[in-house]
This record gives sequence, structure tokens and C-alpha cells, in this order.
Amino acid sequence: MIAFVLLRLAEIAAIALFILGLNFLSSPATARFGNRLAAAGMLIAIVAALAPSHGVGWWAILIGVVIGTAVGLFSALKVKMTAMPQMVALFNGAGGGAAACVSTAQYLLWERAHNAAVPLDVLTDVSLVVSAIIGAVSAAGSVIAFLKLQELMTGRPVTYRGQQFVNGLVALAIAGLAAWVMITLGVEPTWAYGVMVALALVLGVMFVLPIGGADMPVVISLLNSFTGLAVAVTGFELRYNLLIIAGTLVGASGTMLTILMGKAMNRPLRNVLFGAFGASGGMEVAAAKGGQQNIRSVSVDDVAVMLAYAHQVIVVPGYGMAVAQAQHSVRELADQLEKRGVIVKYAIHPVAGRMPGHMNVLLAEANVPYNQLYDMEDINPEFARTDVALVIGANDVTNPAARNVASSPIYGMPILDVDKAANVVVLKRSMRSGFAGIENPLYEDPKTAMLFGDAKASVDGLVSAVKAL
Amino acid sequence: MSELSIFFALLTVFVLAIFVGFEVISKVPTTLHTPLMSATNAIHGIVLVGAIIVTVKLLDPAHALATPLLTLITIVGVALGTINVVGGFAVTERMLQMFKKREPGKK
Repeated sequence: MIAFVLLRLAEIAAIALFILGLNFLSSPATARFGNRLAAAGMLIAIVAALAPSHGVGWWAILIGVVIGTAVGLFSALKVKMTAMPQMVALFNGAGGGAAACVSTAQYLLWERAHNAAVPLDVLTDVSLVVSAIIGAVSAAGSVIAFLKLQELMTGRPVTYRGQQFVNGLVALAIAGLAAWVMITLGVEPTWAYGVMVALALVLGVMFVLPIGGADMPVVISLLNSFTGLAVAVTGFELRYNLLIIAGTLVGASGTMLTILMGKAMNRPLRNVLFGAFGASGGMEVAAAKGGQQNIRSVSVDDVAVMLAYAHQVIVVPGYGMAVAQAQHSVRELADQLEKRGVIVKYAIHPVAGRMPGHMNVLLAEANVPYNQLYDMEDINPEFARTDVALVIGANDVTNPAARNVASSPIYGMPILDVDKAANVVVLKRSMRSGFAGIENPLYEDPKTAMLFGDAKASVDGLVSAVKAL
Repeated sequence: MSELSIFFALLTVFVLAIFVGFEVISKVPTTLHTPLMSATNAIHGIVLVGAIIVTVKLLDPAHALATPLLTLITIVGVALGTINVVGGFAVTERMLQMFKKREPGKK
């Protein structure tokens, strides 16, 4: 009796710690504490789950926990800050896979216990089918997202004729098998369940394949909410409130983040997921026109002078900065400029990079104080008062075509108004168009100067040039 | 309690958690969206608890139901859940370590 009460209290404490932890994550000053609170809640929950087992199956659990801790800790501590999005994707996939494993084990266990002669109860039956499907889709989808972001496969959308149709067919087959397993309450050949899970893995792969690298933040956030939902449904299956609450918190937050990002890009989610943004149309047009012509290329020294004698400079970082790992050099440049009395601010577009808040994390890594980072709404009025907008590896989020070219695929997406600044300097590797494959009229603007080359090399050059002035 | 009333008790918790989830998240600024996603990612690692429960159920000698395949599935489940929990919290901690407040322009 006392043990029962203690365990239930421990579970409630874990739930409270999760919610409090998320609460503390709302401010940079307390976020770390929040993360630790949530981790403490997790520890309590795990101990509470182990306590009533009387050591049954300890060796199996130990093997799993040791392997998991080794892999998780090693990859979390080794990963470079720039590779963070794909790491989060992978951990998310692990969670989805775990949910699918739990449901599959439950199903097979019941089958073995009753020789498939006794039907499952409706609640267990329905929830284990649902959690296995969502978990498997999330696991496989996360692996593809990882491969794309790690550049182990092309980041471009992978599309083929009739793709939507094939995906629809697979989804339909899964739904059919799921209905069969549900209606017969599990009393059907085991292969139906097996094929259903296998097809769910296939669907996960095919669902992420046509989505381009630039839309990965949305996809990761969505997959995160999928896994949350799968875990919540696993909670129904085990009749365990803790799993339901924790899973649902994540499902809700992931959905919320996904919606926020969709809004930031002014694109409905349907368009992100099924639009294969920048697949064929846009890119081919850009290639056919042979790129843009009227651009002005400048030298490092010209830019250094422009920056050093400016009153205010706004840095606009993008994925190019992440790829070149230029964030430390950018900070150094800002330090040099601040020494000369230049005001330096950073403009962060909500979907810059490959993860929501990607740029914030990178700049934080380089010790840029977060009160110098401005959101789009706060910084846009500032551009008109700015001498130089320094665009580092950002493209589509600065594209004025989003404002005035109704035929552009990104028309209507809110952008950073860099073209309102007195001067624009764009650091870019080459004239290749961005991930979305759309031409950027900003580069033809007479007040825009292009500085070609690797972002880190260019910024390092600017640092020494400014020092030499 | 009948199956149906258990279901509705769980459903109530589920619906309330949705509202709490939206409420807690809507206060988080864009700056912290990446750590937020990473932290919530770690929290759904709670599925590890589910994996532990199923493993214990399977290996209970009173029922003698374990097969090598089933044991392997549960061990994989526990390992994946642990990766999710440990990796998730560790990566979030690393990200948040970098968010330091400094006065702009001062060293």
C-alpha cells in the first residue's frame, strides 16, 4: 500500500517537473535550470518504473540502458554545433522506434500468451496499432531527415511522377491492414501486423524524400510531434498517465512550433509537405536563364571600409554561415566593429537555417550576447536607419521577390527588408541560387555588392582588413 | 472500473495535457525554439518507461513467455528509449550552455 502511494506520488512529481521545466525554458536565463528539472523528472519516472519490478529482467534492461547511454551520450557530446539539427532528428527517430518496439512486443507477447485464440480488448488493440504506425513513420522519416541534413544523401527534393499517388496507395494499404487488425481484435495472422509496420517504415521514408533541405526545420518539428503522439498513444496501451501526459505535451508543442514556422514562411503546411518546393519548376527556370547578369562584385577591402565607417551594421546570417562554420569569425568581426563605435545587430529570420532558432544557437555558441539578436518584426523597421546590411549565406529570406513578384514561388513569405538599408553586402559562395532555386533580384539592386567566396574565409579577411584600417 | 471508464479517465488526461502543452509552449521566444524542440524531444523519451514495463512483463518467470526474438525487441526498445532520453537532455544542456547574457560591446 505504502509502496503504491509512493510510486503514484513519484509519477505526479515527474509530471510536475516536466511542466515546470518547460516553463523555465521560456527565458534564456532560466532555460538551463528548466532542462535539468525535466531531466530530474525523467530520472524519477525511470526509478519509479524500475522499483516495482523486483529485479525481473534486470539484465535485459541493463544491456539496453548501457548501450543507449553510451550511444546517446557519445553522439550528444561529440556532435558539432552546426550538426545539431540532424542530431535532434536522430534522437527523435530513436523515440519513435522505441514506441514501435513497445507496441510490437506487447502484440507478440499477447499472441504468445493466448495462442491468438483470445481477442485483445479494444483499447489495447487500437492503441497499439496506432502507436506502432506513428512510431514507425516517425523513426524512418527521422532517419531520412538525418541523412539529408548530414548530406549523406541529396538535400534536394527527391520526386518522381505519380509520387503522391504511390504514397497515397501505401497509406491506404496501411490503413486497410490496421483496420483488419483492429476489427478482428488481433485474431488474424501475425503477418498482417508485420506488413503493416514494415509499410509504415516505407511511408516514413517516402514522406520525407520529396521535402527539400530548406524545409527540414518544419519536418523535424512535425516528426517530433509525431513521436510525442506515438508515446501518448503507447500510454493508452499501457494505461499509464505519465506516458500520456509527457507524450501529449510534446505532441502539442511540436504541432504549435510547426504551425508557427508555417506562418513565418506564409505557406500552409500542406504546401511544405506535399509541394516539393523548388523541385523542378523554379530551378530549371533559373538554369535556363543562365543566372543573373547585372551584379556588382567587390573586394574585401572595399567592404571593410564600408563597415568600419558605418554607424549601424545589421548582420543577416543564413545557412551559408552554418555550413562554413563562420559564426566565430562573425563574432570577431562584430567585436572589431564595436571597438570602432559601430552598432552591430543581428537579424534572425524565423526560418533561417535548418531548424527553428538554428542561427540563435550558432551565434550563442560564438558568444554573441542574445540581446543583440533581433526577430524579424523587431529588426525590419531598423533597416532604413542602417548603413550596411551584411548578408552572410542567407538567400531566400532576403529575397524581395517575395514582396512584389506574384509569380515567385515564395511570394507572400515575410522577408527581412535588407534592401531598405543604404548598402547591402552579400557574402556568397557563388551565383548559384538558394535551396529553393529561386532567383534573387536583390543581387541586381544597384546598392548591392557581392563578395564571393567561402563565408568563413571572407569574414576572416574582413576581420584583418578592418584591423588594418 | 470498466474498460470504458478507464478509457475516458485516460482521455480526460490526454485532452487536458494538450491544453497544458499549448499553454506552456506559447510563452517560449523564437531565440529558444531550438533548445525547446530539443528538450521536448528528450521528454518523449519517457517511452523508455514503457519499454521497461514491457520488458519486465515479458521476462517475468511466472509466465515464462520470453522468446529470443521478443527479448531482442524489448532490449532494442529500451536502448532506443535510452538514446532518446540521454542524448536529448545532453544535447539540450550543451546548447543552453552557450546562451550567456553579456552586455553588448563589453568583453
